[in-house]
Amino acid sequence: MIRHLLSGADLDAETATQILDTAAEMAAVAGREVKKLPALRGRTVVNLFYEDSTRTRISFEAAAKRLSADVINFSAKGSSVAKGESLKDTALTLQAMGADAVVVRHPASGAPHRLADWVDGSVVNAGDGTHEHPTQALLDAYTMRSRLGRLAGLSVAVVGDVLHSRVARSNVLLLSTLGAKVTLVGPPTLIPVDIAAALAPGTDVCYDLDAMLPSSDVVMMLRVQRERMNDSYFPSAREYARRYGLDGPRMGRLPEHAIVMHPGPMNRGMEITPEVADSPRSTIVEQVANGVSVRMAVLYLLLGGNNR
Amino acid sequence: MNSYLIRNVSVLGAAPTDLLIRDGVVAETGAGLAAPDATVVDADGLVALPGLVDLHTHLREPGREDAETVETGSRAAALGGYTAVCAMANTSPVADTAGVVEQVWRLGREAGLVDVQPIGAVTVGLAGERLAELGAMAESAARVRIFSDDGHCVADPRLMRRALEYVKAFDGIIAQHAEEPRLTEGAQMHEGEVSTRLGLTGWPAVAEEAIIARDVLLAEHVGSRLHVCHVSTAGSVEVLRHAKARGVRVTAEVTPHHLLLTDALVSGRSELASPALANNWSPGGAYDPVFKVNPPLRTATDIAALRTALVDGVIDIIATDHAPHAVEDKECEWAYARPGMLGLETALSIALDVLGPRWDLIAERMSRTPARIAGLTEHGHDPVPGAPATLTLVDPAARREIEPAELASRSRNTPYARMTLPGRIVATFLRGEATVLDGKALR
Repeated sequence: MIRHLLSGADLDAETATQILDTAAEMAAVAGREVKKLPALRGRTVVNLFYEDSTRTRISFEAAAKRLSADVINFSAKGSSVAKGESLKDTALTLQAMGADAVVVRHPASGAPHRLADWVDGSVVNAGDGTHEHPTQALLDAYTMRSRLGRLAGLSVAVVGDVLHSRVARSNVLLLSTLGAKVTLVGPPTLIPVDIAAALAPGTDVCYDLDAMLPSSDVVMMLRVQRERMNDSYFPSAREYARRYGLDGPRMGRLPEHAIVMHPGPMNRGMEITPEVADSPRSTIVEQVANGVSVRMAVLYLLLGGNNR
Repeated sequence: MNSYLIRNVSVLGAAPTDLLIRDGVVAETGAGLAAPDATVVDADGLVALPGLVDLHTHLREPGREDAETVETGSRAAALGGYTAVCAMANTSPVADTAGVVEQVWRLGREAGLVDVQPIGAVTVGLAGERLAELGAMAESAARVRIFSDDGHCVADPRLMRRALEYVKAFDGIIAQHAEEPRLTEGAQMHEGEVSTRLGLTGWPAVAEEAIIARDVLLAEHVGSRLHVCHVSTAGSVEVLRHAKARGVRVTAEVTPHHLLLTDALVSGRSELASPALANNWSPGGAYDPVFKVNPPLRTATDIAALRTALVDGVIDIIATDHAPHAVEDKECEWAYARPGMLGLETALSIALDVLGPRWDLIAERMSRTPARIAGLTEHGHDPVPGAPATLTLVDPAARREIEPAELASRSRNTPYARMTLPGRIVATFLRGEATVLDGKALR
C-alpha cells in the first residue's frame, strides 16, 4: 500500500480498486446499528484544516471515528497558525504528538507534499489549492461504479471551471487510470493549457456542452465560484448558466441510464438547476454518504489496517 | 602592494605562460619570468580570465541583512570569479535616492572584495508611479548608470518612455524586468503542462515577450539604450533578434539557471538541459520552493533557444540574478515562498557546461560585455601587459559537489545542491590584490 495519498496519480488501477472494494465493505458497516469498527483503535488521525470546509472535515472525522481512531481537529483559525506558525513548525508539532495520519486541507497547491517531507505519518490530501482532491475522486468513482456497475469504458463529462478545480484534476487522473474516458467541458478560459499532456493522454476537451450530452454516461458539474465573474473568465452568470449550466431540457438529452454528479456545494441556478439537482439521476446526496465509506477505506489501508 | 607571479597559466586558453602582477597591473607575461619579491602562484592547468562582471546581483543590504550583506555577497562573488557586481535596487529602503546608492557603494568599498556598483531604482519605491531622482543618483559618488525596478516591471508605457529618454543625459541605461503584471497576477510558475498538473497559476511566456516587444519599440523611438534582464523564453529571443537586426540599442542577459533548469523540476522530476549534470542527481521532491524564481524556470525548448542565442550574441551576457533568501522564506508552501536563487558561486560552472572551454566567448559574455554595458571601465580587460590586474584563475578540470552549507553567501537557496558541477575558481585578483587564493577568500 502507498504511504501517502497526495494525488490521484499516486493510485494505480490495482490500488484504486482495492480502495473502492474496501469502501464497499465499509459501507456495509454503515448499515449496522453499531457503525463502528475497532480497526484503528489507539491510532491518532489529525484533521489539519487551513481552509473552512465543514463537509470534508466532518466526513474525514466520521470516517476516522467509525474506525475507532483518536481524532484531533486542528483548524487554522484561532490556533498557533493564526499567530504565524509555519507549516513546517506545525508539522513538527504534530509529529511530536505522534500523529499516525494527517488529513490536510490547504489553500496552497502542494502544501500536502511539503508536509509529507516533514512528518513520519501518512498524509492524506483533503484538497490543496487548485491542485487535487484525491478522496473526492475516489468517492466519485465509487458512486459511478455503484450506480452504473463499472468504470472501464464509461464516458464522463466534467463540466465547468476545470482551471481552478482540484476535483477535476483528481478525477481525470483516477478515472483515466480506471479506464473511463474523460471529456472536459467549459469555456476555453476555464480549461487549463496542455491538459491531456499534463494529466492523462486521451483526455478530450469540448467547448460545447450540448454536443457532449447524448454520449455521456456521467455528467459531473463543477462549482463555479462567483468571483470568477469579476475576472472576465465569462461575461455574466446568466450567460454561463445558458451555455454551461445543466437544466431540465439538457438533462433530457442524456441517455436514459446517465447520472448527474456534483461535488458540492452547489450554486443552484448557476451550474445546475434545482430540477436537475433534485432529480433521481442526481447522485449528490449519495456522494456525501459514499465519501465517509471511501475515507474509511483510505485511512484503514494507509494505516496498515489490512496487515494487522 | 603585493606582487604575484602566476606560473604556467593559460590566458584565455592560450599556451601556458607566466604572468607577473605588480602595482595593480599585469606587468609582464612570458615564459620563465623571475620576480624574487613576488608571491608565486602555481597555475598549472589553470585558465586566466578577465575578472567576471555581474550585471544583476541582489545583495539585500540595507534591509535583509539576515539573507545577505554587501560583505557576504561580495565574498560569494569573489569566490565565483567576479571582480565587479551591480547591486539591484530592491533593498529596504529602496535604492531610489543618492543617499542609499552611496551607502551601498561605500559598503562595497569597505568589504573590498569586488567593486560594488549600485543600480538605482527607476521609480520611487519601485512603485511604478513617478521617476526617482535618476540624475542625483548618477551624480552621486556611486555614479549610477544602470537603473532598474527589478522585481517589478516598469509597466506604464509612458513612464518607461520617459525613463528611457531621461537617462540619455548621462548615458544611462534602463534595465527592464519584463513582466506584464496583468498577465501574471498570482502567477507561481511557467504556464504549461507542469503548471496545469500541479495546479499552480501560470506565468505565461507572452507576459515577458509582450513587454520586450513594446520596450524595444520604445527604445527605438526615442533612441535610448535598453537592457533586458533575465530573458527566459524562446519567443523573447525572437523579439530581440528582430530588434537587433533593426539596429535597436538593446542588450539582454540570461541567468545560469534559465540555461539549465526546467519547469519539470517543480514537479520533482529530474529534468535538466544538460545530461552530464543530470547524472546521479535529483531534486528533493515536488513543490520545493528552491526552484521558485521570477521569471520562472521554463521548458527545454526555451533553454535550447536561450543557449543558441547566448552563443550567437542575440543574448549579450550571462548575469546571475543572485537572489539570497532566508531559510523561512523558502522552507514553506510554494505559493508563500519568495522567488529567487543563489548564483554567484556557481555561474561560471554553468557557463562551462553551456559554452564549453570557449574561453574567449566566456570572457565576452561574463566580463567584457557586462563591463561595457555597465560602464565599468576598469573591468573587462584581458590580462595582457599594461592591463589592470583584475582577473580570475579557473581550474576547468576540477569538479565539485555543491553543498549549500559551504557557500559563502549568508543564504542557502541554491538549486544546485548535491549536483556535481564542472570547474572551480582557484584565485581572483582585483587591481593586483588577491581576493581569493587556493579557492579561499582572503577577507
